[in-house]
Amino acid sequence: MTKTSGAKALIQSLKNQKVDTIFGILGGAILPVYDALCGDQNIRHIIARHEQCAAHAAEGYARASGRPGVCMATSGPGATNLVTGIANAYMDSSPVVALTGQVPSTGTNTSYMIGRDAFQEADIIGITTPITKFNCQPRAVTEIPKMVNTAFYIATTGRPGPVLIDLPKNIQAETAEVEITNQIDARGYNLVTQPDLAQISIAVDLLSKAEKPIILAGGGVIIANASDELVKLSDFLMAPVATTFMGKGAFPEIHPLSLGSIGMHGNPAANRLISEADVLLAVGTRFSDRATANLNTFAAEAKKIHIDIDPAEIGKNIDVNIAIVGDAKKTLSIIYAAVAKKLQKNRGLAWAKRVKEAKEKLSPLIQDTPKDVVPKTLLSELRKLLPENAIVTTEVGQNQMWSALYFQALKPRTFISSGGLGTMGFGFPAALGAKVACPDRAVVDIAGDGSFIMTEQELACSIMENIPVTVIVLNNSVLGMVAQWQRLLYGKRYMAVHLGKTPDFVKLAEAFGAQGFRVGSIPEFHNAVKQALKSKVTTVIDVPIGSEEDVVPFVPPGCGLPQQRGDY
Amino acid sequence: MEHTHNRVVSAIVENKPGVLHSVSNLFRRRNFNIESITVGPTETKDLARITITVNADEKTLDQVVKQLDKLVDVVGVAELEPDSIVTRELALVKVNVPSVEERSDIISCVQVFRGRVVDVSPESLMVEITGTPDKIDAFLNLMRTFGIIELARTGITALSRGARAVSLEE
Ligand SMILES: Cc1ncc(C[n+]2csc(CCOP(=O)(O)OP(=O)(O)O)c2C)c(N)n1
Repeated sequence: MTKTSGAKALIQSLKNQKVDTIFGILGGAILPVYDALCGDQNIRHIIARHEQCAAHAAEGYARASGRPGVCMATSGPGATNLVTGIANAYMDSSPVVALTGQVPSTGTNTSYMIGRDAFQEADIIGITTPITKFNCQPRAVTEIPKMVNTAFYIATTGRPGPVLIDLPKNIQAETAEVEITNQIDARGYNLVTQPDLAQISIAVDLLSKAEKPIILAGGGVIIANASDELVKLSDFLMAPVATTFMGKGAFPEIHPLSLGSIGMHGNPAANRLISEADVLLAVGTRFSDRATANLNTFAAEAKKIHIDIDPAEIGKNIDVNIAIVGDAKKTLSIIYAAVAKKLQKNRGLAWAKRVKEAKEKLSPLIQDTPKDVVPKTLLSELRKLLPENAIVTTEVGQNQMWSALYFQALKPRTFISSGGLGTMGFGFPAALGAKVACPDRAVVDIAGDGSFIMTEQELACSIMENIPVTVIVLNNSVLGMVAQWQRLLYGKRYMAVHLGKTPDFVKLAEAFGAQGFRVGSIPEFHNAVKQALKSKVTTVIDVPIGSEEDVVPFVPPGCGLPQQRGDY
Repeated sequence: MEHTHNRVVSAIVENKPGVLHSVSNLFRRRNFNIESITVGPTETKDLARITITVNADEKTLDQVVKQLDKLVDVVGVAELEPDSIVTRELALVKVNVPSVEERSDIISCVQVFRGRVVDVSPESLMVEITGTPDKIDAFLNLMRTFGIIELARTGITALSRGARAVSLEE
């Protein structure tokens, strides 16, 4: 066997995992890996302009495609800049593999350099322990292939999540006889995918007796590619489907049984009906506080069935009547088969009527042709302008909640947003990652001005790497969501929320070589979006809107979903 | 709030660097209360056992076990059932010896508790005592009347009775 360097073994192992793209920024401690990538025809390296964005882009890539996203950074500040992105992937259960350089584990002055505060040393293993599903550091070149396989296996199976491999520089550079294997090494990693049939039969019993069943679909349904199974079951049971914010897209929102998402800024019909249901089937959700609001009044009338692939989610936030640990796709199809055998289709007509009536009465969507340049109009118009399979990402704040309420997601993996961590600046780099994964589809980031400023430098990446996306800045000149809280909960005592009219986003776009439009009317908006979709470069559409617009409904902190406020 | 009790959780973990960090970090992050934690090798070379005493109610205990199980480096974990558990702790106690009479008083206490005197100096005795935490507490209470100069306790280590083990599959 010939000798290979650690860096080459790494690249070989990444190819073995079918990696085709790496988002990253190099530096001293990762140079051997970059050297091994030099001239490589199979792996595309994309220079992000900030490591946080490399991680977000890797997550966008992963969430759009279902394949793991890879990001890379040097040691010390490069690695710590990844942290927000890794934490984001952790909270939203996204398969991201982060590779970091590390100072050498052996050096000229000492036999062990790590721990001596060498230049650009950061304990990234320690730092990322609570925000990764797994992290590791090879001690020898020969460990690398197995470690890479293990990392990808853990990142992508079960409940996915980020994994970090920290690579001491000497291990990248040293050579050894390395076998590129398919083996993994994770005996402590247990994976339950096959649901317990006894539990399922109790659940089926409960569902068959239900008069007012409701399904709550979380992000797990999207991750498990279980949307078809969900639609089938919902149709058969005539059970309306609400999603969590992370579950948006799991169920087509134009389906007659779709209620949109529940939560603090949920769809009024969803928040209302989940409080009326007698059986709740929750799939792939962790019952986040933003989704459930006050637990005492959450689905208070309902017997609860909880399906999740992560055993630790059972009983973590909420007590349920029946818990099923398993893969959402498998579990839903077994339940469907059992229900279909046992029941006639189309029962529960009273409930169906109630669902229809609640949807009509409480729908936040407008029916007539609107003229005002307000988020509601802009986002429902945007839906009409975009193809079904277009991918929308969002930033964080009002823009995000408006998108959830007014932009209907029709397919899984077409709505990508930072749900768990709520990271401003996520949307734009995630859009770039999504576009790299799906180059033939339109990708749009719905942004707030405050969020876009956080990662706007990636315009450089989008231009240099030819990754054309569209950014729609709902520009209210404030940190709108926080301003809304100050308006509603702090007696309009505005503090540190005004951003003013800077920058000029059109000129900013142009400075990077992107295209910029400012629109002041709905026809102008139509025009700009159409041009953006045709454009070969990234387009920033600046849409000035009022700065005192609220997101409604709003369930104030501490209240329950039935206590939503708003003018619907 | 449900009642909390001291529970003993036994985890078989990979015997490699960083594992204790991820375990203790999990307790901090999830706000679980560690009463004591002990670590040592097992009968298998590359595995170690971590014995953790937590003060928790049923629900929290369930989370402790499940969250530990999620750590990739935790190979097996279970609560040791209170009615079939054997727990032991070891304490080294340096006791003040004010006079000759008191020296013999101390030594008779040590005998009653089946401890051993492991070091002697003109003003002090060092006693080694093993047993359940309750027994050690009782002994220390007695010693306080003489004056404890220094104390080191190992924390609880434990196994369950019978042939069953915290297996790799658990
Ligand atoms: C990195 C980060 N910092 C701070 C916050 C707190 N925060 C939540 S929403 C928000 C305002 C967002 O403003 P903008 O992007 O302009 O969107 P808008 O709410 O106006 O639509 C802030 C500051 C956050 N979520 N993320």
